[in-house]
Amino acid sequence: MSARLTVQDVMKVASLARLRLSEDELKSFTPQLARVLSYVELLDELDVSDVAPMAHAVEQQNVLRDDVARPSLTRAEALQNAPKTDGRFFLVPPVLTDAMESG
Amino acid sequence: MSLTAANAGQLLSLMECGDASAVDVTQACLDRIAAHDDQIGAFIHVDAAHALAQAERVDARRTAGASLGSLAGLPVAVKDILCTHDQPTTCASRMLRDFHPPYDADTISRLRAADAVILGKTNLDEFAMGSSVENSAMQPTRNPWDITRTPGGSSGGSAAAVAAGMCPLAVGTDTGGSIRQPASFCGVVGLKPTYGRVSRYGLIAYASSLDQTGPLANDVRGAARLLQAIAGHDPRDATSVQVDVPDYTARLETPIADLRIGIPREYFSEGLSDDVAECVREAIDVLRSLGAQTVDISLPHLRYSVAAYYLIAPSEASSNLARYDGVHYGFRADTFDDMIDMYCTGRGAALGAEVKRRIMLGTYALSAGYYDAYYLKALRVRRLIRQDFDRAFEAVDVIAGPVAPTAAFKLGQFVDDPLSMYLTDIYTIGANLAGIPGVSLPAGVTTDGLPVGLQLLATPFAEETLLRAGRMLERETTWHTRRATLES
Repeated sequence: MSARLTVQDVMKVASLARLRLSEDELKSFTPQLARVLSYVELLDELDVSDVAPMAHAVEQQNVLRDDVARPSLTRAEALQNAPKTDGRFFLVPPVLTDAMESG
Repeated sequence: MSLTAANAGQLLSLMECGDASAVDVTQACLDRIAAHDDQIGAFIHVDAAHALAQAERVDARRTAGASLGSLAGLPVAVKDILCTHDQPTTCASRMLRDFHPPYDADTISRLRAADAVILGKTNLDEFAMGSSVENSAMQPTRNPWDITRTPGGSSGGSAAAVAAGMCPLAVGTDTGGSIRQPASFCGVVGLKPTYGRVSRYGLIAYASSLDQTGPLANDVRGAARLLQAIAGHDPRDATSVQVDVPDYTARLETPIADLRIGIPREYFSEGLSDDVAECVREAIDVLRSLGAQTVDISLPHLRYSVAAYYLIAPSEASSNLARYDGVHYGFRADTFDDMIDMYCTGRGAALGAEVKRRIMLGTYALSAGYYDAYYLKALRVRRLIRQDFDRAFEAVDVIAGPVAPTAAFKLGQFVDDPLSMYLTDIYTIGANLAGIPGVSLPAGVTTDGLPVGLQLLATPFAEETLLRAGRMLERETTWHTRRATLES
């Protein structure tokens, strides 16, 4: 599969990852990613069907804490890095478009 | 003795005796940075005013006879991926170019509590993704031993700053070798602690199950002292462990009797350069001359570690970096069509090529139809790699080997060839996948005059073993006392 990674595949993954790529990037990333994906096929040498996945190095149980109020960021601190704000809220473009509303 | 050639212990003695003030030490480092960092490029941000003010506070408290923290007056450089409330934190990315964290990382709080002087923030590969700092969106960093070469990465700014005499101590982070490999390339000590030993609170995430903060220093004792200051349980990081922190310096001078050193045959096979192999073997011989025994061991799944890592780390990265949506912080494009286009355009414009490649690899590995074949399979192989180490440590105290296949490579050598760069991580990423501690120690020099590190690995929470073994080597060799000569 990976050896046949196409420009269309890369475009699809970039879209899933919310990345706009330039033409040059598409052209260079496609063979680069294909090479990495064919390299990782090395893992197919191993039969690991009986091995449990290891998601973390320290396999500890859920860590719980008491649900008590603690100091947190002030509104000004929370907003201080926002690209667009009215001083009270984070501002974003309209999420619902006309087409969606009428549909 | 020059203040910028001294190690942390020597500087503390000078300040305790009154032969130098914290301001003297800080100013010497700032002068060194001013004279040479245009060439080296170790720092993204130098905070001279805050650093000198902190040094003055330490001096005043010392004069008043007040009690002082363990790093009082010692200049420390910090990789620019740890949040600092009073300095920008960029991750060397255009995405966070203007980001000012509203809080300190746990490591930063601990440095402040220890009365350290935080000099500034050091350069790195963007979001710590890389092995050469060439993926920094800010600037290149050059190896102080040869400015045509990389300092290694991703903590290359921190390693270069220590090697260039700009600070005795620096903080780095290690996800796949990012402390140990630059330490090796720059001829300094660099230690990756056990996963969970140092809090990740305020460490901007790359691959959360692998990321770990640790010390770089110009000697073993300095690394031990810095680790002591930053290690410990933090309730704000759910993966931080509740294991007591031992006194890392108390028994540092006590050699480990009958140290058992495992030599994995896979570490000395195809791909390792001759001059690195020779330095590493000689360093092991030094330890053997002190009574250590060597045991031939095997890590049969080592050859799968790069493949497993480059599925697991990008998968975690694709999830972690989804937060950069240009809403709460980070870059937002000026023009776009709608909300989705705002994400795509901003991320496309502000993230560098390697970050995009890793996000896409991870997105691919996690996407429907591929999850089992790629991500889940890599997690299963990860357990085999951990079991290799567990088995090996039944017979040995430490595992010794090279840090990287070669000494520092030329800047530009791996441009447009990411896979070849990934393959150079072969000796370091096993420790991240297994969660065990590892250290790189100055252990020799190639015929080109480039430093070579010896890597030692140990069982979880056996940092003290690594430091004591490292100190044994240091007492018998002079590699750690060499200082790079910088052009003025």
